Amino acid sequence: MSKLVLSNITKSFGAFEAVKDLSLELQKGEFVSLLGPSGCGKTTTLRMIAGFMPPSSGTIELDGQTISTAAGVVPPEKRRMSMIFQSYAIWPNMTVGENVGFGLQVRKLASAEIDRRLDRILDVVQMRGLKGRYPAELSGGQQQRVALARAIVVEPEVLLLDEPLSNLDANLREEMRFEIRRLHDEFKITTVYVTHDQSEAMVTSDRIVVMNKGRIEQIDAPHVLYGRPKSRFVAAFIGRTNFLEGARQGSEVRFDGFSAAASMLEGASGANGLLYSLRPQAIGLAAHKPNGGMLAVEAEIAGRSYLGEYWDYQARPLGAAKPLRVSTGPNTVFEIGSRVWLEIDPAAMVRVE
Amino acid sequence: MTVAAPALAPSSVRPARVSGFDATWLLWIAIIAVLLFLVVSPFVYLVVTSFSAERTGEFTFANYAVAWGRSRYVEALFNSLRLGAVSAGLAGLFAIPLAWGVSRTNMPGRGLVRILVLVTFITPPYTGAVAWILLAGPNAGWLNRFYVFATGAEAGPFNIYSFTGLAVVIALYSFPYIFIFTSAALELVSSEMEDAANILGAGTWRTMRRVTLPLALPAILGGLIICFLEAIALFASPAMIAIPARFNVATTQLYQFFGNPVRVEVAAAYAMPLLGVTVMLILVQRLMTHRKGFVSLTGKGGERRPIELGWWRWAMFGYAMFVATLSIFLPYLFLVQAAFAKAWGRGFTVDNISLRNFHFVLFEHATAAQSVINAFLFAGAAATAGVIITLGVAYIVTRRLVPFAGVLGFLCIAPFVIPGVVLAIGFYAAYAPPPLALYGTALILILAFTTRFLPIGYVNNIAAMRSINPEMEEAVRILGGNRITALRRVVAPLLKRSLLGAWLLIFIPATRELSSAIFLYGPGTKVVSVMIFDMSEEGNFEYLAALALILQVLTLPLLWIGQRALGRDFMLKRTAT
Repeated sequence: MSKLVLSNITKSFGAFEAVKDLSLELQKGEFVSLLGPSGCGKTTTLRMIAGFMPPSSGTIELDGQTISTAAGVVPPEKRRMSMIFQSYAIWPNMTVGENVGFGLQVRKLASAEIDRRLDRILDVVQMRGLKGRYPAELSGGQQQRVALARAIVVEPEVLLLDEPLSNLDANLREEMRFEIRRLHDEFKITTVYVTHDQSEAMVTSDRIVVMNKGRIEQIDAPHVLYGRPKSRFVAAFIGRTNFLEGARQGSEVRFDGFSAAASMLEGASGANGLLYSLRPQAIGLAAHKPNGGMLAVEAEIAGRSYLGEYWDYQARPLGAAKPLRVSTGPNTVFEIGSRVWLEIDPAAMVRVE
Repeated sequence: MTVAAPALAPSSVRPARVSGFDATWLLWIAIIAVLLFLVVSPFVYLVVTSFSAERTGEFTFANYAVAWGRSRYVEALFNSLRLGAVSAGLAGLFAIPLAWGVSRTNMPGRGLVRILVLVTFITPPYTGAVAWILLAGPNAGWLNRFYVFATGAEAGPFNIYSFTGLAVVIALYSFPYIFIFTSAALELVSSEMEDAANILGAGTWRTMRRVTLPLALPAILGGLIICFLEAIALFASPAMIAIPARFNVATTQLYQFFGNPVRVEVAAAYAMPLLGVTVMLILVQRLMTHRKGFVSLTGKGGERRPIELGWWRWAMFGYAMFVATLSIFLPYLFLVQAAFAKAWGRGFTVDNISLRNFHFVLFEHATAAQSVINAFLFAGAAATAGVIITLGVAYIVTRRLVPFAGVLGFLCIAPFVIPGVVLAIGFYAAYAPPPLALYGTALILILAFTTRFLPIGYVNNIAAMRSINPEMEEAVRILGGNRITALRRVVAPLLKRSLLGAWLLIFIPATRELSSAIFLYGPGTKVVSVMIFDMSEEGNFEYLAALALILQVLTLPLLWIGQRALGRDFMLKRTAT
């Protein structure tokens, strides 16, 4: 049985529908991210799961029991969940130990048991030495660890995270991503993670829910989402991509500056208005016409940027209006204006809506 | 991967608690009831009474005909407006250079000047007025006596009992409002904006004239408006100075309508233009200071460096000391002299020194000591009630617990536009007649003080609530604590200091409140401000000075507590809304 089930959840604020007919199931121990631009309804969804707001329609079930309907909600404190907030919400009037121990105290555990669990979790997040400190004396990363410890120590049924890393600087953010995944691997808590940062979602999650304008665009594992985006939105939101508009002409599909046999492309059976996504990494650059089953297109280098880890080229197929973006290794060097051949694997061209 | 979950048996569905109605609604209804009682009902009664015939209560315009039927009644209102304008202008002359000097330049003694402004601010206007009667009374006033002594002239040039005298005295004790507004605005003008003018070739003075002051202008005008309104709403200083000078202002005229016999209907009708002017100007002030586009007032200003004034900084300092001499040094010197003197006119001789006055007001006078206790009790009750009510409203408003919460906030702010005397007339009209018959009771004074200072409490509590991220409470709840636990363990400890601050900010002015008390006190409920006012009418300046000093000294520990809890300047920063 699924751990957490959201069925046909809708949330409107006046005339505005923040979440539209959203359905989602989480398995026990699964780590799922809600990913999307700001205003896509991901935080609203999370707050409905937490019980801070009722859905306008639809139900939420935990272990088969209904905990939210439009008519009423089980209040947050009765849900056996915990949450990490964007602001951390570490209580400044309590020490690290008091903050982390709060949930255990509310659960009326024996004080010896509280101490045991407190010390263990503080060891896990490497904060044991700072137990008596007040939050104002901690760095941002340390506060983040306190928030993590406080949420995990109560061994919640579901752990909710609301953009927990958005207030950290870039280095720390990258470190904490791995930390969050490590803690998940250790405690196996069913987790819902809200973020607008795709790399955060990809590092941490088993599955990612991409949301846009209150709807789910796609739910898949990170590598599937990147490799096989279903919609134009997902393809553009997860990583960089080239959109290729094609039109069917006999047995061929005609693109801007080149064409490909329809038989080589997925889903080319339809009529006009075929849209494909092609990642910059899936295009090769060569000085001479390549052989083999690849699609070869002659192009001119229109621009380039060097980013250390890779080159970002803009290569315009001869006769095309728009250049394509191509990523190559740092050792593949072509001057602007030079003629090159693009190697395109037709299997990497993904038909999107 | 996913197996569809089997349909759940209805019995397994836990009944979800209905969230549509809970305790917050009861709180909301209770607070609405309290605000209706404190704010709406006195206001409605004020308006209704102004249209009611005496005794019969029929609808009539006769009160307006009486109130505005004589030219001297109309003249009193114009005197008020003129007084407001002149006082505000003078206060601007005192305050603006000081504010600029303190917040933007390297003038020496900036901390000292701030303290002196604070002392001015906590000096009740009636205490200042009495001190200036001692200083500039036509013959016996000390300034005149020194002038005669120094020049050998027949008489001194100073006469406090004049329109100019009154305007100066009012300006001297209301300029802190402009100082607060102006320095707050100037502290937000970033040095980079001034640097931009400097790099284009403007010198210090031109930069100040063309860049700094215009940026602070809305705030300065806002402060001038507040000063104007203070001046026209003030009762004590005009009653002490204007009446002997044989002219009336609106508040003293109202007092006469309220004298024997009490003509509350006429007073209500007469109060309407005063109320109208106040409401209108407050709206103008809000529009000015809250207008967007003045980036310096809304954004973060970047770093600020003090402007180097060179030798001019001593001129600035001299001016600040001149203002402080007028508002503090001279008045307090002669208040202390009078308080410790057998007779104040006999001057500074050893054999004139005595503690008799203090002994008399504290132990011998029938009601003086009781009036101090009354003032502190009533102020304490009002501050406690005000803090609780406004905290409840602030919580509801910031957490959006109920629809139309904004209405509650508006009601808490609304008394700001009602002058104290007018508020008192509203309370009299609403609660003096049966069935409540509260006139002369302690309760009506406490209620009136509570209403009068609701805006201060609300502004402070809403700021305090906004500073607490709602996620702090949500974190409690998701970890298993209910709303009460969240309030007890997190919100209350975090608000402790702010609540204490709000309480003091209501308590301190409430202990010295006169303009609403003068219409509502009874024989057993005289407060110290009324006592001081009575003594000034009797001419007992020695006793009066002793009592006024006792009031000031009792305030000092409160100020100290406030500064410990909220930091230096808490009074100057938080009182002005």
